[in-house]
Amino acid sequence: MNIWQPVIEALESLNANKVRSGLTILGIVIGVAAVIAMLALGTGAQDTILGSLSGIGTNLIFVFRGGEDDSIRNPEPLTMGDAEALSDIFSAPSIEAVAPILQGNAEISYGGEATTLTLSGVTPEFFPVRNYVVGEGSEIDEEHILARASVVILGVDTADTLFGRHEGVVGETVRIEGQPFRVIGILEKRGGGMMGSEDEAALVPISTAQARLLRRNPADKVDVIFVQAADADLVSDAKEEISEILRREHRTAVGEDDFSLMSQDDMVDTASSITGILTIFIGGIAAISLLVGGIGIMNIMLVSVTERTREIGLRKALGARKRDILTQFLVESSLLSLVGGLIGILLGWGIGVIVGIVATKSGTPFEPVVGLNAVLLATLFSAAVGLFFGIYPANRAANLVPVEALRYE
Amino acid sequence: MDTPVIIARDLTKVYKMGEMEVHALRGVSLEIRRGEVVAIMGASGSGKSTLMNTLGCLDLPTSGEYILDGEVVADLDDDQLADIRNRKVGFVFQSFNLLPRSTALSNVELPLRYSHTKSGRKEKARLALESVGLGDRINHRPTELSGGQQQRVAIARALVNNPSIVMADEPTGNLDSKVGQEIMDLLLNLNKESGTTLIIITHDSKIAAQTERVIRLHDGRVLEEVA
Repeated sequence: MNIWQPVIEALESLNANKVRSGLTILGIVIGVAAVIAMLALGTGAQDTILGSLSGIGTNLIFVFRGGEDDSIRNPEPLTMGDAEALSDIFSAPSIEAVAPILQGNAEISYGGEATTLTLSGVTPEFFPVRNYVVGEGSEIDEEHILARASVVILGVDTADTLFGRHEGVVGETVRIEGQPFRVIGILEKRGGGMMGSEDEAALVPISTAQARLLRRNPADKVDVIFVQAADADLVSDAKEEISEILRREHRTAVGEDDFSLMSQDDMVDTASSITGILTIFIGGIAAISLLVGGIGIMNIMLVSVTERTREIGLRKALGARKRDILTQFLVESSLLSLVGGLIGILLGWGIGVIVGIVATKSGTPFEPVVGLNAVLLATLFSAAVGLFFGIYPANRAANLVPVEALRYE
Repeated sequence: MDTPVIIARDLTKVYKMGEMEVHALRGVSLEIRRGEVVAIMGASGSGKSTLMNTLGCLDLPTSGEYILDGEVVADLDDDQLADIRNRKVGFVFQSFNLLPRSTALSNVELPLRYSHTKSGRKEKARLALESVGLGDRINHRPTELSGGQQQRVAIARALVNNPSIVMADEPTGNLDSKVGQEIMDLLLNLNKESGTTLIIITHDSKIAAQTERVIRLHDGRVLEEVA
């Protein structure tokens, strides 16, 4: 038998009850749309997170003060001394560069304009380690560190806030916490990062920050140490070496590390596991909404079978076998659900694109991704839902007794 | 002489309505020759419809023997019955029973689809419609046709698979007498031309008078046969 015949017939009969068919598939439409939109946004968010993670630098290890859990009391702070010890090529051969950093809020002003931002005290290693590139002017060098020079490098947005432009401002003098600092460079635009825009930055020599802007106790304390491993394969070796050196420096017992390490890979893993949980969550919502949609289809198919009892009786009188009737109703219910699924895919796609546009307009560049696998899965799944929930009504139709069905009013 | 197309011996049919047993047929025996035009008459409750359902293979008798065109109809399952209906029986109903959303052509095509006829379905359906005088209406839907025209479509549908018998259940019941007579003329004409056996269930004696033989049923039994 021609495969298209039942399909055409089913379309005709669904078309005859447009409003009812439309309302019936609404459940499937909403379910599939929600899944597609969430998956698109989730995948897009994951891509953005991974992108910004890899933008931080290459083969990075973050060293923080404090142990993995709260049981370590009085953790010793990380210091410039720790950073120097980590830079020792002989005890730490896997480490390429070490960049300690001191961070704190500070007010920065020029003329009448003022802004408060996170000020970073950095060393010359900071620039290669974190992929920061100075577009105009020069980087902070050893001499600035030794001299505790009053120089600052600004991010693009900071320069725009203060000067209304970010070109030709090198050589100007700004005030940080009231003290004059000479602008020696402007960073290249970086865009959004994990913790807000990285273009809103002000970098000063770490020695200057320690002495005059962000005083800490002890004086050579730093907040985070960025360590760059020499190679992607050496990240775990580098972590071993960092642990050994810091245990020695801090004189801590084994198992009582008062510092913690996190590599970029660890961050990617964390991000992925969050996305994974999100995916399971979305899957749950999808399953429930498809279940509800499927029950709606079953319900309306049962109504349809009752309504068309005479038609079924007639078809049987003309020689339709059980299988013919079964096929007819199964095709109808799967088609109903499949159309719902396809509309849902388009709708979900649209929602994803709109959210992406809104997010980009409001400053977070973000591209929703609708994967082929998501589309295929949604299509197959919605068809399967229709098939499954059509079995009961179709069976009922197929098992009608022709004599009684023909007599039905 | 030809073997009769219908041989029924001692057919009984018992329905169970709750606790009660209803004897719709109490031993009906009859033979109908090939090409014969027969009317079955009887008051309502006489077992007329049950007999039609049994002879049309819509239902199996409780006991008795029924041979339709050489095939023994007994202990068949639903699908085998469907097959026999498809190949050997054409039905014409009082209320036409056309699919409202399908064209005349696809309505007539329906039995061919269930008999898995692959080639020339459209052509056969068109010829059947032409034979009932509706060659110019093949793409009309039932709602666009008059009652008489709808019944013609139903007759074309009954004939399209070249059945051994055509069972017409009050074929003129929903039509006014003029159109009803036209339908009767058409049925009788088709019988004359192609020799199709015609069984008409009716309570209209004017219709019955036009047949070759009337079988009267009363209380589940054949009362008399009028030649």
